[in-house]
Amino acid sequence: MNAVLTPKDFATSQEVRWCPGCGDYAILKAVQKALADVGATPESTAFISGIGCASRFPYYVNSYGFHTIHGRAPALATGLKLANPDLDVWVVTGDGDGLSIGGNHLLHALRRNVDINILLFNNEIYGLTKGQYSPTSRVGTRSPSSPAGSLDTPVSPGQFVLGAGGHFFARAIDTDKAGMSHVLEAVHAHTGTAFVEIFQNCIVYNENVFADFTDRRNAANTQLHLRHGEPMLFGDGKGIRFNPTTYSLDVVDADDDVLVHDETNAVIARLLIDLKMPVALGILFRQPVAGYSARFYAEHPTRFERTKSVADYLAGPNPWVVE
Amino acid sequence: MSKNKEIESVVVRFAGDSGDGIQLMGSQFAVSTALAGRDFATFPDYPAEIRAPTGTLFGVSAYQINLGEGPITTAGDAPDVLVAFNPAALKVSLPLLHPGSLIILNNDGFTARNLAKAGYDTDPRDDDSLANFQVVSADIGRLNLEAVKAYGLSKSEGDQCKNFWTLGLLLWMFNRKLEPVESVLAHKLRNKPVLRDADIAALRAGHAYGETAELSASVRRYHLHSPDWPPGTYRSITGAEALALGVAAAGELADRKVLYASYPITPASPLLHHLARLGELGVATFQAEDEIAAVCAAIGAAYGGMIGVTGSSGPGIALKTEAIGLAVSAELPLVIVNWQRGGPSTGLPTKTEQSDLYQAVYGRNGDTPLPVVAAATTGDCFDMAIEATRIALRHMTPVILLADGYLSNAADPWRLPEFDRYAKITSRDLPDADDGRPAQVHAFDRDPATWGRPWITPGMPGLMHRIGGLEKDIATGHISYDPANHQAMTELRAAKVESVADYIPPQTIELGPDSGDILVLGWGSTYGPIYQAALRTGVSFTQLRYINPLPKNLASLLARFGTVLVPEMNNGQLVTVLRDRLGVDPVSMTKVSGQPFLIRELVERIQALKSEAAA
Repeated sequence: MNAVLTPKDFATSQEVRWCPGCGDYAILKAVQKALADVGATPESTAFISGIGCASRFPYYVNSYGFHTIHGRAPALATGLKLANPDLDVWVVTGDGDGLSIGGNHLLHALRRNVDINILLFNNEIYGLTKGQYSPTSRVGTRSPSSPAGSLDTPVSPGQFVLGAGGHFFARAIDTDKAGMSHVLEAVHAHTGTAFVEIFQNCIVYNENVFADFTDRRNAANTQLHLRHGEPMLFGDGKGIRFNPTTYSLDVVDADDDVLVHDETNAVIARLLIDLKMPVALGILFRQPVAGYSARFYAEHPTRFERTKSVADYLAGPNPWVVE
Repeated sequence: MSKNKEIESVVVRFAGDSGDGIQLMGSQFAVSTALAGRDFATFPDYPAEIRAPTGTLFGVSAYQINLGEGPITTAGDAPDVLVAFNPAALKVSLPLLHPGSLIILNNDGFTARNLAKAGYDTDPRDDDSLANFQVVSADIGRLNLEAVKAYGLSKSEGDQCKNFWTLGLLLWMFNRKLEPVESVLAHKLRNKPVLRDADIAALRAGHAYGETAELSASVRRYHLHSPDWPPGTYRSITGAEALALGVAAAGELADRKVLYASYPITPASPLLHHLARLGELGVATFQAEDEIAAVCAAIGAAYGGMIGVTGSSGPGIALKTEAIGLAVSAELPLVIVNWQRGGPSTGLPTKTEQSDLYQAVYGRNGDTPLPVVAAATTGDCFDMAIEATRIALRHMTPVILLADGYLSNAADPWRLPEFDRYAKITSRDLPDADDGRPAQVHAFDRDPATWGRPWITPGMPGLMHRIGGLEKDIATGHISYDPANHQAMTELRAAKVESVADYIPPQTIELGPDSGDILVLGWGSTYGPIYQAALRTGVSFTQLRYINPLPKNLASLLARFGTVLVPEMNNGQLVTVLRDRLGVDPVSMTKVSGQPFLIRELVERIQALKSEAAA
C-alpha cells in the first residue's frame, strides 16, 4: 500500500439508488470508513451480494464486486475464498435474501466457518418487491401479502448463527457510527465467518420498526453496548444480572452483582440475543477458530498445488501395450 | 476402435466355495434368463470333490452363463461379470476377465485367513490389482444374514441363502423380474417352507440393495477383440475416470487450478470421487450443501481465477439453471457436466437416457444461449472435458458437457493420448491497468472474434470492477435498463455462442462413404452400437460431438445423403434441434426404455431404410 486510503477511495462513480433516507446510506458510509480505517485495499477486497435492496451494495464500493442471484451469495463467496484465500471477502445480504431463500447457504457457510464477513441488513420486510412480510417480521405483521397479519414465527438471526455453529455474532444499528465502526473492525479482524445483524430502517415499508430501541433520545436506557471484560451496564445506573433460578437475564441496579461480558460464552450470548429490553449490541459472541479456507488448503494433499502432470496419471496402474 | 464383429451378450460367472450353493444359484439365474425370453448357454465348472476344503484355490466352484439377445451357442469366453465369494474364487477367475469387466465381491469372504489360503499377500481390494475392472464390493454375508434372521435358521443354513441374495442383486442390475425365480423356489422347496421363505427374503434383500445403493450394470454388450486394436499403450478406464483426468488436464493446459464443486447424485458422484483423489494435479473438490451451492461455488472459483467445474444429473442441473444464467450474464467461464439419466423428475436414476438435450440447449430463462458438447465414449470423456474447458475460457462462457449414466460407470480399453501434443488453453489477454481507461471498462473489452472478455479476477490492482446478473451496458458494464442496449447485449450473447463454430473441427464421416443413400447420425454414448450397426450394414456413420453451435459444414454433409437416420435415447430431441438449426428433416429412431440400443435393432431399422431407398 502506497498512501493511506480514505473512505472516498472506496466510493464508486455510480449514483446510489436507494430511497432517500434509507438506512443503507449510513451503512455504506460506515463500511467505506471501516475499510479505510483497517487499511484494506480495493484490489484485495470483494463484495458479494444476492438480491434485494441491500444487495445493490457492491455497485457502490470501489473494490471487486459481484451482485449474484437471490440467496446464493454465501455459496459463491465460498468458492471465491477457496480460489483466493488472500482476499477480504464480504457478503451483503438482507433478511429475505439471507434467511429465507438463502437460509441453507447461510447455515452451511456458518458451520464450515468460511472466512467471510456477512453483513445482514435486517429491516423485517421485503423492500425491493414492495413490502411483503419477511422471515424476521414479527407475528401479525400486516403487509400486502398478509393483510390480516403474518402467522410465521420470526427467525432470530443470532440464534440462527449460534445454532448453525457460528463463531462470531455481532449487532449494530445502521445510523450508530460508533457502534458500526467498533463492530466492523472486529469483523475484519476475525478469522472464520463473522456475522453482523444490522438493524436497518426501511423508511418506505417498515419505518421505525426498531424505533423502540434505536431512538437516540432514549438510547441510553434501551441499548446495552457490550464490551468484552466490562460489566453490562446501561442507562442511569442499570445493569444486567444472570438469574440462576430462572436461567435468564434480569435488569438490576448497577451495584447488584452485574455480569461481566465474556464474549466467548455461548450460553450467555444466547440469553443476550433474546434480551428484549435493553437490546444487546456490539459483539455478543466471538470464539475464533481456524477458518475453512485455511483448513481446506492445509488438508489438501499438496496444499492445492499442482505437483504432477496428467501425463504421469494417464497410464493408470495396469497399462498394456498393443504392438 | 475395433472394426470387429460383435457378440451381443453378457457373460456372467459365479465363483465361490463348493458349499456356497454356486451351482444352484447359477441354474436359477439361467432359469430367470430363460423366463425373460432370452437365449442363454451355461457352463458349470466345479471341483470333483463335493465339498472341497473351503477357501482354497482348488476348491473353487464356478458357474458361467452367457446371456444373449441373439442366438447363443457358447457360454462365452471372457466373463463380463464375475461374482466372487472369496479371494480364491477371485484369483482363479481373474485371468479369464477382460479389461472393464464388472466384479462383484463379497467382503465377508475376504478374511485374513481366506486371503492367505488364496496366496494373496495384500488384499486385492486395497491395491491396484483390480484397477482395470469395475468393482462392486458389498458385505454380502452380513447383509444376507440380516435379511434371513427372522426365519430361525442356524448360521450355516442362513449363510447358504447368500447366493440368492447375490442373485437378487444381479437381477436388479440386469433389469430382470424376481417373480420367475420366486415361483421356481416356491415349487422346488414346497416341502421346506422355512428355507423357501428365507431364500425368497434373501433374494428380495439383494434386489432391494441394488435399488437402494443405486447400482447399475454398465457392462458392454459386445466385445472388442484385441488383435484389431491400433498399436499403442492401453488401459481400462471408465467415463468418470476419463472425465476426471480430462478436467485435470484442462487445468494443466490452461495453467490454472481446478475447483470441482458438486453435490452427490446418481450417476454423477463417481466424477466427484475420482477428482477427490487427483490433488497432485492441482485439483480440489468441494462437496456443497446442495446443487445450487455447488454451481455457485464453481462460479465463485471461476470469478477468483480458477477453472470452476460442477457436475450433476438432470434434476440437479435443473436446480443449477438460474446460476448458469448468472455465469452467462457475468461472462465467466464454467464447465457443467451432465451425466444424464432417465426422467422426468427423479425418473430412472440408474438407467441411461439422452433426454436432457433440450434442457442443455434451450433450458434457461431469457435468451441465454451457451455452448453444448457431448462425449461419445468413455475415452472421449477425456477429450471433451478439455474441449469444454477450452471453449469456456476462450469465449468466457459456461459450457455444458453432456455425458450419461452408461459412460459414467462403463469401463473400456482406452489408448493413451499423446498429452504433450495437446494445445494450451488460453483466454483473452489481460489489459494494461494504466492505459488511462476506467477500470470497469477494461473488464468488458471483448475480443471481437470470440466475444470473450478479459478474465480479470479479484486481487488484480487497478482493475476493480463490478459484475452481476442485472443487464449491463455493453461498453462499460454498468447496470443498464436501456432498451437498445438490451437488444445489443442479447445479440452479443448469441453471437458469442455462434462464434464457437469458428473454432471447432468440421464434422467428418466416421465410417463409410462420404455420400450415399443413408447416413446414421449419432451423439453421446450410443456411439458403440451405432458404429457396429453401420459397419454391419455398410451405411455411413457420423458422430456429433459439438451440438451447440453445430459444426458449420454439417448442413452440407447431411445434404450429401438421401436419408439421415438419428437414433437417440430420448423422444427425438436431436432431431428437433437439427430441424430448428438447419431446417432439415432427419428420420428419428428413439428408445426410452432405459436400456442401450441393441445392434440388432439398429441393423433392422437401417435395413428397412435401405429397402425403401431401393424401392
